[in-house]
Amino acid sequence: MSKINSILEKLKRPSAASLGSLLIGGFVAGIIFWGGFNTAMEATNQESFCISCHEMRVNVYEEYKNTIHYSNRTGVRATCPDCHVPKEWVHKIVRKIQASNELLHKALGSVDTPEKFEAKRLKLAQNVWKTMKKTDSRECRNCHDFESMDYTKQQRRAMKNHSVGFDDGKTCIDCHKGIAHSLPSMYEVDPSAVVGVGK
Amino acid sequence: MKKPFVMGILLALAMGVMSQAYADQVKSLRGANDLDAPSNKVVIKKTQEGREPIARDYVQQPPLIPHKVEGYTINLKFNKCLTCHSWANYKEAGATKISQTHFADREMSVHANVAARRYFCTQCHVPQADAQPLVENTFTPVETIRH
Repeated sequence: MSKINSILEKLKRPSAASLGSLLIGGFVAGIIFWGGFNTAMEATNQESFCISCHEMRVNVYEEYKNTIHYSNRTGVRATCPDCHVPKEWVHKIVRKIQASNELLHKALGSVDTPEKFEAKRLKLAQNVWKTMKKTDSRECRNCHDFESMDYTKQQRRAMKNHSVGFDDGKTCIDCHKGIAHSLPSMYEVDPSAVVGVGK
Repeated sequence: MKKPFVMGILLALAMGVMSQAYADQVKSLRGANDLDAPSNKVVIKKTQEGREPIARDYVQQPPLIPHKVEGYTINLKFNKCLTCHSWANYKEAGATKISQTHFADREMSVHANVAARRYFCTQCHVPQADAQPLVENTFTPVETIRH
């Protein structure tokens, strides 16, 4: 108890060290901690980090490898964090804190087999769709800005649908679902897009 | 007894020589390549997306697809084509709806959804491309459907 009291007493009084050394020390420590924090966060923002878990590597990463965001004529690639982690710092921190839930489910093994992943796919996809809708497809727009789109250079179908869609206030994800990963079973979402007797 | 035997041998030899001669003339569509060698002309056809749909050449011809279908998944759980071309979706998507004939199964009983035998769109429908006839021919569509 007396120890705590003595520390509190020390904090109440100005430090014996000179103001200059305190400032310089604080500045250096700040750079180290802040830089270290950001470096560590950036390390978790690499594709290699994402696919270090087999849940990502054997399911969604394999699917993504067949799509245009992985391989295309100009060789520009969008990696996992480009679409799934916001670029702006505040949004990025929020997303990184939310990721602790993913760590929990990694520990619980919620999707540790392809069968379990498939059973959860609809729920997981709907989570991403909901977020994308809420943010007006913010991560798409980091690269695809509709104000920079030249409709005349687009194909007939794209030209028509883009101008109509944007006028209707639609956002990218409203139409462009499943462009980088397999889509979930449509039995619940749109029975007209699956084989079945219909109802 | 001996004569037919000799004749048979002669005939077999003659057939062998003749088939050899014909084999030299046969030219397969993949060119004069050895069977175990890769084809030397692999040209990936460009889908013609900008142009109007190519008209049908005969009455029962499945219409061509006037857009790219790369990456369009069709499996048991999902059919990318039907997310625009199904009767539930075609209006909003501004697409052509699938023909009513696609609801009938092989017993001709009509279902409320696309029949399994008509479910795999790209079995019959292909994207329109700059493809030239593989064999020169004089085919022309009948007048009643010609544009």
